[in-house]
Amino acid sequence: MKPEKSSSRKPNHQYAPKWITWFIEWLCAPHLREEVLGDLYERYALQVAQWGEAKARRRYWREVLAYVRPSIIRRQPAVGVPHHRRFGTYPNPTNTVMLRNYLKIAFRNLVRNKVYSFINIGGLAVGMAIAMLIGLWIYDELSFDKYHKNYDRIATVMQHYNVNGETVTQLSVPLPLANELRTTYGSEFKHVLLSSWTEGHTLSVGDKKLWKAGNYIEPGAPDMLSLKMLKGTRAGLKEPYSIMISESVANAFFGEGDPMGKVLKIDNQIAVKVTGVYEDLPYNTQFNNLDYLVPWQVNVAIRDWVKNSQDRWSNNSFQIFVQLADHSAGMEAVSAKIKEAKLQHIDKEEAKQKPEIFLQPMSNWHLYSEFKNGVNVGGRIQFVWLFGIIGAFVLLLACINFMNLSTARSEKRAKEVGIRKAVGSIRSQLIGQFLSESLLVVFISFAISLLLVQLILPFFNDVADKKMTMLWSTPVFWLLGISFCFLTGLISGSYPAFYLSSFQPVKILKGTFRVGRFAAIPRQVLVVIQFTVSVALIIGTIIVFRQIQFAKNRPIGYSRNGLLYVQTTTADIHNHYDAFRDDLIKSGAVVEMAESESPLTGVWNNNGGFDWAGKDPNQDANFAVIGVTHEFGKTVGWQFKEGRDFSRAFATDSLGLVLNEAAVKFMGLKNPVGQIVREKTQDGFLTYKVIGVIKDMVMESPYEPVKQTLFYLGNFSGNFVNIKLNPNTSASEAVSKIGAVFQKYNPASPFNYKFADQEYAKKFAAEERIGTLATFFAILAIFISCLGLFGLASFVAEQRTKEIGVRKVLGASVFSLWGLLSKDFVLLVFISFGIATPIAWYYLDNWLQKYKYHTEISWWIFVASGTGALVVTLLTVSFQSVKAALMDPVTSLRSE
Amino acid sequence: MRRSDLGEFEEVVLLAVAALSPKAYSVVIAEELERETGNSVSTGAVHAALQRLEQKGYVSSFLGEATAERGGRRKRLFTVSALGGRILQDVRAVRNRLWERIDSHLLLDWQ
Repeated sequence: MKPEKSSSRKPNHQYAPKWITWFIEWLCAPHLREEVLGDLYERYALQVAQWGEAKARRRYWREVLAYVRPSIIRRQPAVGVPHHRRFGTYPNPTNTVMLRNYLKIAFRNLVRNKVYSFINIGGLAVGMAIAMLIGLWIYDELSFDKYHKNYDRIATVMQHYNVNGETVTQLSVPLPLANELRTTYGSEFKHVLLSSWTEGHTLSVGDKKLWKAGNYIEPGAPDMLSLKMLKGTRAGLKEPYSIMISESVANAFFGEGDPMGKVLKIDNQIAVKVTGVYEDLPYNTQFNNLDYLVPWQVNVAIRDWVKNSQDRWSNNSFQIFVQLADHSAGMEAVSAKIKEAKLQHIDKEEAKQKPEIFLQPMSNWHLYSEFKNGVNVGGRIQFVWLFGIIGAFVLLLACINFMNLSTARSEKRAKEVGIRKAVGSIRSQLIGQFLSESLLVVFISFAISLLLVQLILPFFNDVADKKMTMLWSTPVFWLLGISFCFLTGLISGSYPAFYLSSFQPVKILKGTFRVGRFAAIPRQVLVVIQFTVSVALIIGTIIVFRQIQFAKNRPIGYSRNGLLYVQTTTADIHNHYDAFRDDLIKSGAVVEMAESESPLTGVWNNNGGFDWAGKDPNQDANFAVIGVTHEFGKTVGWQFKEGRDFSRAFATDSLGLVLNEAAVKFMGLKNPVGQIVREKTQDGFLTYKVIGVIKDMVMESPYEPVKQTLFYLGNFSGNFVNIKLNPNTSASEAVSKIGAVFQKYNPASPFNYKFADQEYAKKFAAEERIGTLATFFAILAIFISCLGLFGLASFVAEQRTKEIGVRKVLGASVFSLWGLLSKDFVLLVFISFGIATPIAWYYLDNWLQKYKYHTEISWWIFVASGTGALVVTLLTVSFQSVKAALMDPVTSLRSE
Repeated sequence: MRRSDLGEFEEVVLLAVAALSPKAYSVVIAEELERETGNSVSTGAVHAALQRLEQKGYVSSFLGEATAERGGRRKRLFTVSALGGRILQDVRAVRNRLWERIDSHLLLDWQ
């Protein structure tokens, strides 16, 4: 029977929602509860009778919410104040008053012990800020490339192959492999896309020329990479001679105007039409520098060697990207399937290398990019772990401090506990008090740390080469932050809360209460952990920097001073080489210039198929091969060990070779000069004669041995122009003079020069970044540890005031008192040193093994770090212990 | 005497208390006002207005009997105090004087 049908007013308050009763009971002041609840029930009954239950329930909401107002919520003031005439339960709830009291006491304690409060809050805030920064960094690393919607299904095709007993892994694969994948394994893939490398080219519209980087890639790319199209569609590349450009490129060329359908020129030669504009790819993606995309067919049309490679399985010069089909079996399964896709198509000679094709998923590109002997050995993920661990440790240090100091200080408050208990506090109230106090402090630190992170972030972004922002709007960030605060607050508040509150008030107030000896042990353990971490970080920092210095000091075999190079994409300069060179030298800004096939800081060309007298037939004769012009040696200043440089005086030098030491060793030559080297080419053999041997030139990684290299007077179209500046001219003046000459001979390209020493320095960027960050963290870790130590030392000194007074009266010297107070801490540092040394040695030795050229870990590093930590400890502790030892015994004994 | 501290809603509630006397309490006042004005009126709003009126001394209150609909809770009954009555009369007098000054033609126009 429905309630509204009851004609008589039967009590139907049982239908009123129960939880609303609870809500009102909680909300409403006790003295008003009876009438308010009564009114609500009666009204509900009336409304049910009037409109039925459903509508009444809806209305009930509004009725209840109408009571949320101060005059209903406010509790009646205590007895003696007007209006107490109203009935009610107790005149006033105790909890708000007590909470106010707790807060007041907490603030008074913070203000009275300014130094402790500063150490406590500051230390924790710094620790939290560091942990947050590292957290942001890790988040950024892990979300790398996730911008692409097909993140899980994209991969590059790579290959392993065997060279002289070692498995080498490389990204470049032969061109016909793409067709093979499409035809034989087509059902596995949604896209198979051939691509060039990301190359720099000059784009121009009218007179406006800009140097931009982009790929020649098959038309499926925008769809695979899920580019966000601002103009045009993702199908834009299907049009022949089209180009899709990024938003920033579009703005640079066309500003506000509409770029669609406009014609751009690549290297002033190929005209392409803009068919789309895509949103710039975010900084934390692999393709963040992708300024434009041009259809693959253009690459085939303009470059003969690409056209000739269409059926050549031996030319491994291309990239292939794939996207798995939606129903595909997964990366591993497809990898296994396509393993022999290349092997079936190559000749016997090449098959000896046993090439294996596999997929490298996009999720591995950034963090797991290194291979050793055919096995993925990680890569950047190591840094994610390293920094994650450091972050966790710094945070741990800060928490340890916080706990140490709070527990140490809380012992001073035993009397307060005694009095509170005597006046009638029950234990749960004391627990609540101490816990809320420590939570308060933790939340203050949290607020400060947020501020700190906001301030440090730009600097940190700079050092870490990132573009991170605070995750203000990410719930997970807040969830983590706040739950961490609760955890720290509860753990560090638990000692005073549970231990102190258990004392008998009589004992405390009579003064017979003693904190046991064991009370200090957990604190000491915590100090040991702190210093272990700090010492290990110091050792790590020193070794990272020594390794960088070691590689920097390596002899490089040529002179990088005042050496700059320019990449050219047209043959304009190459065709007027002599005139161009004369003009440059005439300008007075240049001592010498030469062309080369590879930049000075890299090797772009590797060839096999060389033969010489005494070669082991099984040896895979793979060399770095660099074409140069006659003046190259003079320009870069290479150093001869034997023989002579290329010279225009000998016409036969066009088939001459200059080897480096590594090549001589690799070939096992006793008397290299005059030896004959044969190269197998498509139509027979080329015979070269060795004319000189130079010292190894470090052009690639400064941590790797130099590769066996052949320099020849190449018949190449000119890739790089290398210029040695006149040391008597200032760099800026020289550059502007050279720029003018460049404009004369090569008006189509912008003058983009690079200084060899700056480019080379970039090779240290990764290691230097680690070094800077490690230093930063080590300093902070030590700072936080010292803060804690300082607090503890002052606490101990204060606790032993009386003892020191008595000792002084009995004739102890200041020095012996200083020793007494300091020796405990020194002992702790020694223990930490003992723990830190083997751990640091183990991990750093592992790290150094990664580099072929690495420094040795010598014993003095450990001694220095240990001594450093000891000195810092002594300084910190001495400040307090000397102060205590100098105190006048009369004052210290008279206290109380 | 300050009259400005009697808000419009308060005035209506005070009048309702007078009209429903001696059985005036939040629920019946809210119901009565809903019936008269056609707008929905919550007991919470009435309750708050009554609290203010009591603070100003225009009404006085006592606890009445409990009923079953109220879950056995007592109701708070309100009566208009002497001060409250005077205020109501003052307000009415002001209004009457103003009404009388309105031109009769204008009044006819409104009808």
